[in-house]
Amino acid sequence: MTGLHWFFSPLCALLLAPLFPGVINRTKAFVAGRRGPPLLQPCRDVAKALRRGAVYGDTTTALVRLGPVINLGTLVAALLLLPFASVPAVIAFSGDLIVLVGLLGLGRFATVLAALDTGSSFEGMGASREVHFAALAEPALLLALATLTRVTGATSLSAIYEGVGVGTWAHALPTLALVAMTFLVLELVENSRIPVDDPTTHLELTMIHEVMVLDHTGPDLAIIQYGAALKLWILGSLFVGLAVPMHSGDPWLTGAAALAGMAGLAIVVGIVESAMARYRLVHVPQFIVGAATLAAVGFIVLLV
Amino acid sequence: MPASLAVIHALGLLTCFALLGTSRIGACIRWLSLQGILFSLVPVVFHDDGLGLRVMLLAGGNIVLKGVLFPAVLLHLRARTNYHREVEPFVGFVASILFGVVALAVSLGLAVKLHPALSHTPFVMLEAAIFLVAIGLFLIVSRRNALMQVLGYLVIENGIFVFAVITVVETPLLVELGILLDAFVAVFVMGIAVFHITLEFGTADVDQLTTLRG
Repeated sequence: MTGLHWFFSPLCALLLAPLFPGVINRTKAFVAGRRGPPLLQPCRDVAKALRRGAVYGDTTTALVRLGPVINLGTLVAALLLLPFASVPAVIAFSGDLIVLVGLLGLGRFATVLAALDTGSSFEGMGASREVHFAALAEPALLLALATLTRVTGATSLSAIYEGVGVGTWAHALPTLALVAMTFLVLELVENSRIPVDDPTTHLELTMIHEVMVLDHTGPDLAIIQYGAALKLWILGSLFVGLAVPMHSGDPWLTGAAALAGMAGLAIVVGIVESAMARYRLVHVPQFIVGAATLAAVGFIVLLV
Repeated sequence: MPASLAVIHALGLLTCFALLGTSRIGACIRWLSLQGILFSLVPVVFHDDGLGLRVMLLAGGNIVLKGVLFPAVLLHLRARTNYHREVEPFVGFVASILFGVVALAVSLGLAVKLHPALSHTPFVMLEAAIFLVAIGLFLIVSRRNALMQVLGYLVIENGIFVFAVITVVETPLLVELGILLDAFVAVFVMGIAVFHITLEFGTADVDQLTTLRG
């Protein structure tokens, strides 16, 4: 029983993460007056890609094959550090939030290397943009987590999210609201959602993440798509753990609240994507630095 | 009381960062209006001993002036002079925001130093006042557009207002309203000046003024 309890958070993520982009797509379709793809469409896409064979270019090396696998590996490792629905993470130690950020960075590094390895200038351009924006987004994530550390006085993710409750919100309302906004922006930035990047286009010069994975086919593409869903889930649960600080004794109730929070977040992302246009590329750094500023202001407000 | 001050403080800081990072002058004017209204509420929250006529008059006058009248004048001016965005400020928008973070840290340090001398003041507002003055000065020196410089002046005015409200326990109402009248006249004069500059030279870009040397 206890074993099940410990693996609750990663299992939830591995099983339910593909639904997250499904809900986003359904929301976008609903706002546009269409019915939209079924909720399980992302799963079907992954299954379809898994059945196909992979094609590799002549100029590529093993890096292209390794990229998606390493990326998925880092994301699954990150899941082990992630508390969900007030269930502590499988592994929790002091400073694991830095490991989480590092794992996400490593996954990105592998993806970028794979993109560069294809030798396509198109993908090189995407890699350059991805790294440029990541250089701004990672400090924002670290700042936001550091602010949470300061609010709760805990240094591991599980302890931090256990420490955030209704009382904390009443005590540090401005700070927590600012950090939550930072997480929301980071969910959009890190997952290449609309104000930053358009996940639906595959052939446009201003896109970032999609362009890096253009040369991946078959199982590699399946891994990448599944990894993208996991990443949405990871950053989303950072936000939901903060915005839905439910710690009732009843695990069913808490779990239901957290899952409802995730669904709500997916709907919010869908609405943001429907309501906003993508920023011009020069405005994206401004957007990300703005998010980092929110976290920084939250931190400084707390010092007062 | 401290909770509402903290909310005013946090939102006020955000308006400052919005002013630093926004290129559209209309949006900047609206942010400034929000900032004016927010900091006008400080006397209401701070003088919690009694919502006397004096406090209400002060806050109400401030809200009307900074939240409604100044923005209306400035928006009108923007429409007449026909420019809508700061195209290329001397300091870019990202750099401006980063300056804001540094300025926030510095004003925090200054407030820590100042607070023992003004121990009856709420610390957050002391820090906000210093920060507002710093941001206002920065907007004046870093923006090309004369209208943005007027906005910078008004941010400084907000800072001075907050500082006066929290440090001086009992200012005569007449003095406070006199200061408001001063700001009112200043905005009008500056507005007229900006209007005539654009009329005469076809631009409100202060960098162009250097070409006037004889």
